[in-house]
Amino acid sequence: MSLKQVHSEQPKEFKFSNENLIKAEEILKRYPEKNRKSAVMPFLYLAQRQNNNWIPLAALKYIAKYLSMPYISVYEIATFYTMYNLAPVGKHFVQVCTTTPCLIRGADKIVKLCKEKISPNENKLSKDGICSWMEVECLGACVSAPMIQINDDYYEDLDEKSTIEILDSLIKDKPLKPGSYRGRKNTAPEKKQLKNGENYA
Amino acid sequence: MPKININGQEIEFEKGMTVLQACELAHVEIPRFCYHEKLSIAGNCRMCLVEMEKSSKPIASCAMPAVEGMNIKTNTAFVEKARKGVMEFLLANHPLDCPVCDQGGECDLQDQSMFYGIDKSRFVENKRQVKEKYMGPLIKTQMTRCIHCTRCVRFATEVAGVPEICAIGRGENMEITTYLEKAMESELSANVIDLCPVGALTSKPYAFEARPWELKKTESIDVMDAVGSNIRVDSYNWEVKRILPRLNNEINEEWISDKTRYSCDGLLKQRLDAPYIKKDNRLQKSSWEEAIDLVFNKIKAINSNEIAGHIGDMVNLENALAFKKLFKILNSNNIEFREKKFYVNSSEKINYLFNSSIRGIEDSDLILLIGTNPRHEATMLNARIRKAYVQKKTPIFSIGNPGDLTYDYTILGNKSDDIKKILNKEVEFSKKLLSSKKPIIIIGESTLSLKSGKYIFEEVKNFLNKNNFIKKDWNALNFLPQNASTVGLIDLKILSKENEKDYSFFKKLNNSEFKLLYLLGSDNLEFKKNNEFIIYQGSHGDRGAEIADVVLPSPAYTEQNGLYENLEGRIQECKKASYPIGEALEDWKIFNLIIKKLNKTEDLSTFNLLRKEVLNSIPNFSKLNELPVYKDSFNKNNETNFISDDILIKELDYFYTNSISRASKTMSECRQITRSSKKTGTDN
Amino acid sequence: MLKPEDKIFTNLYNELGWEIDNSIKRNDWKETKNIISKGREWIINEVKTSELRGRGGAGFSTGLKWSFAPKEVGSRPHYLVINADESEPGTCKDRDILRFEPQKLIEGCFIAGYAVNAHICYIYIRGEYLNEGKRLQEAINQAYKKNFLGKNACGSGWDFDIHIHYGAGAYICGEETALLESMEGNKGQPRLKPPFPALVGLYGCPTIVNNVETIAVVPTILRRGGKWFASIGKPKNTGTKIFCISGNVNSPCNVEEEMGISLKELIEKYAGGVVGGWENLQAVIPGGSSMPLLSKKICDKITMDFDSLIENKSGLGTAGIVVINKDQDIVSCMARIARFYKHESCGQCTPCREGSGWMWRILDRVAKRKATFRDIDLLSDVTKQIEGHTICAFGEGSAWPVQGLLRHFRKEIESRCREEPLIKKKIDNPYLVDQHLLENKNA
Ligand SMILES: Cc1cc2nc3c(=O)[nH]c(=O)nc-3n(C[C@H](O)[C@H](O)[C@H](O)COP(=O)(O)O)c2cc1C
Ligand code: SF4
Ligand code: FES
Repeated sequence: MSLKQVHSEQPKEFKFSNENLIKAEEILKRYPEKNRKSAVMPFLYLAQRQNNNWIPLAALKYIAKYLSMPYISVYEIATFYTMYNLAPVGKHFVQVCTTTPCLIRGADKIVKLCKEKISPNENKLSKDGICSWMEVECLGACVSAPMIQINDDYYEDLDEKSTIEILDSLIKDKPLKPGSYRGRKNTAPEKKQLKNGENYA
Repeated sequence: MPKININGQEIEFEKGMTVLQACELAHVEIPRFCYHEKLSIAGNCRMCLVEMEKSSKPIASCAMPAVEGMNIKTNTAFVEKARKGVMEFLLANHPLDCPVCDQGGECDLQDQSMFYGIDKSRFVENKRQVKEKYMGPLIKTQMTRCIHCTRCVRFATEVAGVPEICAIGRGENMEITTYLEKAMESELSANVIDLCPVGALTSKPYAFEARPWELKKTESIDVMDAVGSNIRVDSYNWEVKRILPRLNNEINEEWISDKTRYSCDGLLKQRLDAPYIKKDNRLQKSSWEEAIDLVFNKIKAINSNEIAGHIGDMVNLENALAFKKLFKILNSNNIEFREKKFYVNSSEKINYLFNSSIRGIEDSDLILLIGTNPRHEATMLNARIRKAYVQKKTPIFSIGNPGDLTYDYTILGNKSDDIKKILNKEVEFSKKLLSSKKPIIIIGESTLSLKSGKYIFEEVKNFLNKNNFIKKDWNALNFLPQNASTVGLIDLKILSKENEKDYSFFKKLNNSEFKLLYLLGSDNLEFKKNNEFIIYQGSHGDRGAEIADVVLPSPAYTEQNGLYENLEGRIQECKKASYPIGEALEDWKIFNLIIKKLNKTEDLSTFNLLRKEVLNSIPNFSKLNELPVYKDSFNKNNETNFISDDILIKELDYFYTNSISRASKTMSECRQITRSSKKTGTDN
Repeated sequence: MLKPEDKIFTNLYNELGWEIDNSIKRNDWKETKNIISKGREWIINEVKTSELRGRGGAGFSTGLKWSFAPKEVGSRPHYLVINADESEPGTCKDRDILRFEPQKLIEGCFIAGYAVNAHICYIYIRGEYLNEGKRLQEAINQAYKKNFLGKNACGSGWDFDIHIHYGAGAYICGEETALLESMEGNKGQPRLKPPFPALVGLYGCPTIVNNVETIAVVPTILRRGGKWFASIGKPKNTGTKIFCISGNVNSPCNVEEEMGISLKELIEKYAGGVVGGWENLQAVIPGGSSMPLLSKKICDKITMDFDSLIENKSGLGTAGIVVINKDQDIVSCMARIARFYKHESCGQCTPCREGSGWMWRILDRVAKRKATFRDIDLLSDVTKQIEGHTICAFGEGSAWPVQGLLRHFRKEIESRCREEPLIKKKIDNPYLVDQHLLENKNA
């Protein structure tokens, strides 16, 4: 993982919305009084959600103040974990799992499709600016490989055909339904026996 | 005591020690990078691996608690192989640029690789490159060399109390940086340079100045404040190249302040290299003869009670004593060393010492600051308070608002009335104070210079005395002086009785009753010059020389031997590390010239005699470098009147407190940066 | 072969509904109060009798772990922390428990919490499992509604609360001490041990950390008896286990089976066989990516339990089985795993930080046929220099798979290497260069 770069254009201010303020106070109740710091990860999520899926520096400062932590610790945390975006990502953020279990079932083809359909480079917005994609490590759905995550949802059991479908309609800002694209019930063994694996991506 | 077996040798260790510490007891050296006695244990470099019986893996000795009956081996092939492996990893992405690295010659990585390195690199991939980071005017970074030991991170958060350095990212892309690359806001920041075991953080002002083996190293004492930090002065020819801390657990531990370290470039600038005489309203170079003649003539022509002397903040005891003697010959009583009026009671020694001792701070269970900002007035002492705060959670209170001290404290009030209330047990806090076992009350110069200064000091002392807090094994009464010379000069009885009580010197000075003012290294005395004839004797062309009619050049603290008494009453020796500039003469030699001229040759002094006399005249003196002997307090109940006052803490221009630091380019850069960051507010 | 009535996770595929009412029909929360009333000693003993071993990877005896928690609560509260940070490549069993059998986990938390004197339980779920977390929260809410949780939970007299904490994309947070660091609001960097979490864990308090599956089987064990659980599987490797079968099989799936079932049976019976037939099998990673792979010869007869896998220089780990057939380039597969470890190393200690990237780069060169024979020994040295020298077990996790590759596929590797050239050209490896250019990307 290369070091995360902070975005060059930063908003000046950040504040939790009223709704998030209430949520933040709720979150704080989960942890002992003395250990407010524990809330830093949920807070970063709140900030990320509030700010179009990326966290500006102002938010890091805001959270640091909120939890009376040193700024630098919040910054440290935001760069340590991969799920905090410090630069804008697409409205539809496609994360392609390419770790071995997915790879051997064709994740590389999905990456190729992303390059074709969204943008040739990782973390670059698509032409219309609503999608971006990124390679990620194992997403924990290996028996449904290959799979991608679009925003919060998992799209599983993909092959080339279904990926094209998903990406095409994503670009048109019409995301399809998440779940298995081979029509099976969750992670159950399939009755249908495939001889040569021609159905794989 | 429990025992541990190290390489077949049984050794006793104290409970709570780590295996590494036990190995040190057994004189077995363990290589290490991340471990540092004064910092928390990180255990991340993995260089200190040793073999432990019944463990298939080698263990990190720095992090493993020693346990009775452990069997440790450090000299086996197994251990060597493990360490070699770690060393190879450390060097894999290291640039190996020793020839252009300032750390060369004192680099832990270089030294260790002599033992555990392989002569040939097997790492053929591209090396990782890391961008340099900006960390202010003191610290030069070359982050590609970083081995991620996190000593600097731990120092900044734990000791300095400014969590501003951290490791961002993760894995092999982890980088050490300051928050968005701004200068560290700490007076201790440059200690990370000493801590960094490689050349990632080096000294910016000292960059490419010298190699360590070319330098002459002199163990000496710092005079930037009254703490008396132990330092090592490294000089090349007559030039002082750098100043480093020396370990002294009683005083500065392993750290020094940035001012102590970096004022040294001020030793090369603004120096007085020859006597000067004011002619045509301009100081002009002259000869010693001419200058001494002029001084002599003036002395002759002026009434002895119109002659006054003021001793500066960095004058050593021998020179001060010689000065006192000169004034005796001149028959003048008008000597002073205080830069502003503040209450001094020299009747017993505990009245002007930091009696709890710096180390004692760690044992304390309650600290009360009265009108002092220890962060600026005695940086290393403040670091000790922080240590107590961090490690023992010692509660800290203050009267007056000193601002950010790097630890949390509670402000109890801002007025002398608040002190009165505490002493009269009218507030909750009195109970807390009385129920504590080892309280520390620190009274600053700002407090003593108040109208109520005398009241506060004497009543606090009475209170402590009454409640059994002034005893041999614990003395809670503390005065925090700001200058290196203060305590010693009180001991030498520089102040006459009336002056001590009535500030007669200041009165006369302000009424322009003096015709001749002899400033011995004194640059901080604030007064309006009238018609006085001013002799300035010192090392730097600073405020004193500016107003002088005659300038007599003398050496700075690194250029002559001399004793200083620190705020705890420890007498320590400052050593000559280089030579005085140009024609400068030691102060006592200059006095001898004058005395000779006065034809009082029987009063001439020599340095050795002066030193002997100094040591004889210090009350309660025990030994060099040791705390003074404790004598019970007589506590003559001084009559005092209560005056209601605001406790204002006089802000120090921290980087500009004396003539040397004012001459230093580095200090003025630091000052600039703190000022500009203050201007934009803390909201960064 | 597991008898249907011995199945614990009967709703693994959500055929019966995950809601609390459905799961009560499946015997969840049955007689919980009764179990609690038998006391801590009894519970811990019963779990010891069952010989349940942790399902999180290390296979440590669960009953024993619980018994490390101080018997009496001192000045500091005790905590129970559930490790749902499932990030080991090849593993996705906890996800199904969170989605479809949440009540088993919740009930398990309550019982385990009681057994180790904890009133508060945190479930640390990996951030990507947002929907699974939401589902679990719903299930928790349902349990609160029925007074199974909260004050005087289940009428047992024991107060018990469960909170969810999300991770944010860091495999290392699955390591228990890193997980605790992460929960405390720090970077997820493992702690030095000793002290162990059972004495000094979350917020410096005694803490027991267990995997989701470990905890979720506990209620059934206590209802049916430790002896029953111990009777399934092999001695010391008892009970049922969820296996995740992924990779080149015809129908990848999760399946609960008896511990000690043969690998071949698992693959053929549930996963529809290896793509291209058993003969087309090249290697199997038996327990998540950290475990060394097995060659086909071993796969022919290996059984899936802790001890027999250890005998074959591998491990059961999380029982995430990744099947690799002969159509795959085994070196590339393992290079990708090495890249995973490079990406996930926390960067704290030297061997792992510097070594994981090095291993990946060498393997990558091997895969691209740009390596020399010397690189093979170097690679083997690097793995050995990492193994055993790190703060946490991540070091082993990254070194073992490579060692497995070297052990079983040395010929394959050698066939791609060449002699050291006499005249060396600067290695021009675009992949590596890319890596350094990444900085320019807005990553
Ligand atoms: C690098 C690393 C990653 C781990 N990841 C996980 C994980 O994702 N889930 C898990 O339950 N345990 C994981 N573990 C194991 C935990 O450290 C710990 O052993 C486990 O949570 C204990 O639970 P158990 O006794 O129920 O198995 C990991 C260990 C290591 C060293
Ligand atoms: S082994 Fe790796 S993951 Fe574990 S502490 Fe060390 S650097 Fe971090
Ligand atoms: S000194 Fe022990 S690991 Fe660094």
